Amino acid sequence: MKVVVCVKQIPDPADPGEIDPSTKTLKRDVKLILDESDSYGVEMALQLVDGDGEVVLVSMAPNNEVLAMGADSAILVSDEALAGSDALGTAKVLAAAIKRAEPDLVLAATESSDGYTGTVPEQVAELLGMPSVTFAKEVAVADGTVAVKRQTEAGYDDVTCPLPCLVSVTAGVVEPRYPSFKGIMAAKSKPVDEVGIADLGIDAGAVGWAGGGQEIVAIEPAPAREAGEIVEDEGDAYERIVSFLEELKVI
Amino acid sequence: MATVSSPYADPDREAFVDTVRQFTERELAPNVHQWDLDGEIPIHLYKEAAAIGIFGDGFEAAYGGHGQRDALLRMGMLQALAMAGSGGLIASLLSNYIGLSPIQRFGTAELKARVIAPCLAGDAISALAITEPGGGSDVARITTVAKREGDDFVVNGSKTFITSGMRANFITTAVRTGGEGPAGISMLVVDGDSAGLGRTKLDKMGWLASDTATLYFDDVRVPATNLVGEEGAGFSMIVNNFNAERIDMAAQSIAFSRLCFDEALAYARDRQTFGKPLAHHQVIRHKLVEMDRTIRANQAWCELLSWRLNQGDDPVAEIAELKVAATLGFEFCAREAAQILGGASYLRGDTVERLYREVRVQAIGGGSEEIMRDLASRQLGI
Ligand SMILES: Cc1cc2nc3c(=O)[nH]c(=O)nc-3n(C[C@H](O)[C@H](O)[C@H](O)COP(=O)(O)OP(=O)(O)OC[C@H]3O[C@@H](n4cnc5c(N)ncnc54)[C@H](O)[C@@H]3O)c2cc1C
Repeated sequence: MKVVVCVKQIPDPADPGEIDPSTKTLKRDVKLILDESDSYGVEMALQLVDGDGEVVLVSMAPNNEVLAMGADSAILVSDEALAGSDALGTAKVLAAAIKRAEPDLVLAATESSDGYTGTVPEQVAELLGMPSVTFAKEVAVADGTVAVKRQTEAGYDDVTCPLPCLVSVTAGVVEPRYPSFKGIMAAKSKPVDEVGIADLGIDAGAVGWAGGGQEIVAIEPAPAREAGEIVEDEGDAYERIVSFLEELKVI
Repeated sequence: MATVSSPYADPDREAFVDTVRQFTERELAPNVHQWDLDGEIPIHLYKEAAAIGIFGDGFEAAYGGHGQRDALLRMGMLQALAMAGSGGLIASLLSNYIGLSPIQRFGTAELKARVIAPCLAGDAISALAITEPGGGSDVARITTVAKREGDDFVVNGSKTFITSGMRANFITTAVRTGGEGPAGISMLVVDGDSAGLGRTKLDKMGWLASDTATLYFDDVRVPATNLVGEEGAGFSMIVNNFNAERIDMAAQSIAFSRLCFDEALAYARDRQTFGKPLAHHQVIRHKLVEMDRTIRANQAWCELLSWRLNQGDDPVAEIAELKVAATLGFEFCAREAAQILGGASYLRGDTVERLYREVRVQAIGGGSEEIMRDLASRQLGI
């Protein structure tokens, strides 16, 4: 089985750097790290393949960490024309790169921890003409079919889907392994297929700032947290907490 | 902002140290206080550390090691682990480094496969036993004897202050097989389940998460195949081992000093006295700068000596001097951090409180300050 995992490099959330006022996006001139939410997809892929098959990483930035975790090879799309790509632009590029690998299964995170659009995986699936299953908390593959426990508000749905397909996984589905010393050394000799958008048959006007169908009109700092209500327990605290949660419609 | 890093920077080394840092932040730092209370670290940690390759520096790939010795990588790794704020954790988790190194250098292939491989895989633990109730500094005068009887050595005597002594499966033990003085000392691997081996746990001031034991050898029979290298070659193995152990302890002491600084700085920025943050009082700011400059100087020296070790140099005197500088610097930083934290530094569970207690063993174990100065003076012909 061949599994492609889509991963992203993001600024360390602990030290994300500044926002560029002219583009209204993160400058991304700080150290970039593997998005933690992607590490679950990587671990899932490694466990599903378990040495019998291949894990290919697809990314738009160099990522040795995933190769060090055990992925077999990488397709790296790098092209100056990609700067400023919105969700659909990104999806076009990823879809074209994934196609080169001819995978049985594509794994992605539900959403990235910097952009948070949460739309890329489904757009990729659509562009590839593949079915997609979202919010997977468990994934199993057998006889050309993937069986997914799909997280819902109330519990989970059991979903099956024929391969090839795309599955987006939630954080915490598996415990991502740490890249080991051996993995780090081995990563250096793993094949990385570095391609530009021309190699993928994509027109520069369709991606990046030029191809953006989406515009960030304004950015505002998140509002400061409002003071909460302190519930003193006089024997009935649980009732007040339950009715408060009911009001919020979270239970 | 792009920062200029050190001339020793290397992407593979950084990637590995990053992994160790993540492991430390997620798996170690949140638990060190509990492990102090438990008086030991959980056994599963050995498997986890092994999977990452934390035990492998300087060991052959055939036995699960890195297949290379990189003093800068080891320094970075130890300093990342040190950010959990527990020297006891590192001492016990990494007792493999002192216990196995003589075997790696001088042991037979059979002994390496039997002892090093399971330890590096996290399935067994090794310890190094040199110090005796009669003394630790004067290694040439150890009295634990091993008498050859047929295919065995029969060991009698005792060892004390042995890190991982309670749980070690293999104890690399300095024994007297010959006459008096350094030439009579050999290294023997004693199996943890040998008949006649007794162990008692020591209750300590610091390094609480590390089990430390006194070992009693009462007619313990050890197969002669467990002899490491030649009979009578033990003293030079001990001396060799000490060099690595000392720079390792220096690297940790510097990282612990940095942690004291970080804790003190965060507190000084937050804590208000006399209407302003502590950090706005000049006296406190100067304390922080004194800590910072001590740490930077020691760190630069430690990096340089690690680099020189990688070039094949053997700077014995300077490593001894560095250990003194690093532990004195640590003592200073722990004290100043405790002053800045005030009463908060006196509460059990606080990082500075733990480090303040742990300073003592860093300044004594692996060769005390006095012995380090003495060694340096002799090496330098002073
Ligand atoms: C927590 C802990 C863990 C340890 N783990 C291990 C271990 O795993 N394996 C192991 O073998 N040992 C271990 N040790 C022992 C440690 O290495 C010794 O404590 C150390 O070598 C000093 O020996 P000593 O305590 O017997 O002091 P002594 O040798 O009795 O010396 C006492 C004091 O006198 C000073 N002194 C000695 N000789 C001179 C001199 N010539 N001139 C001036 N001053 C001198 C010393 O500096 C020291 O301060 C550990 C110790 C501790 C506390």
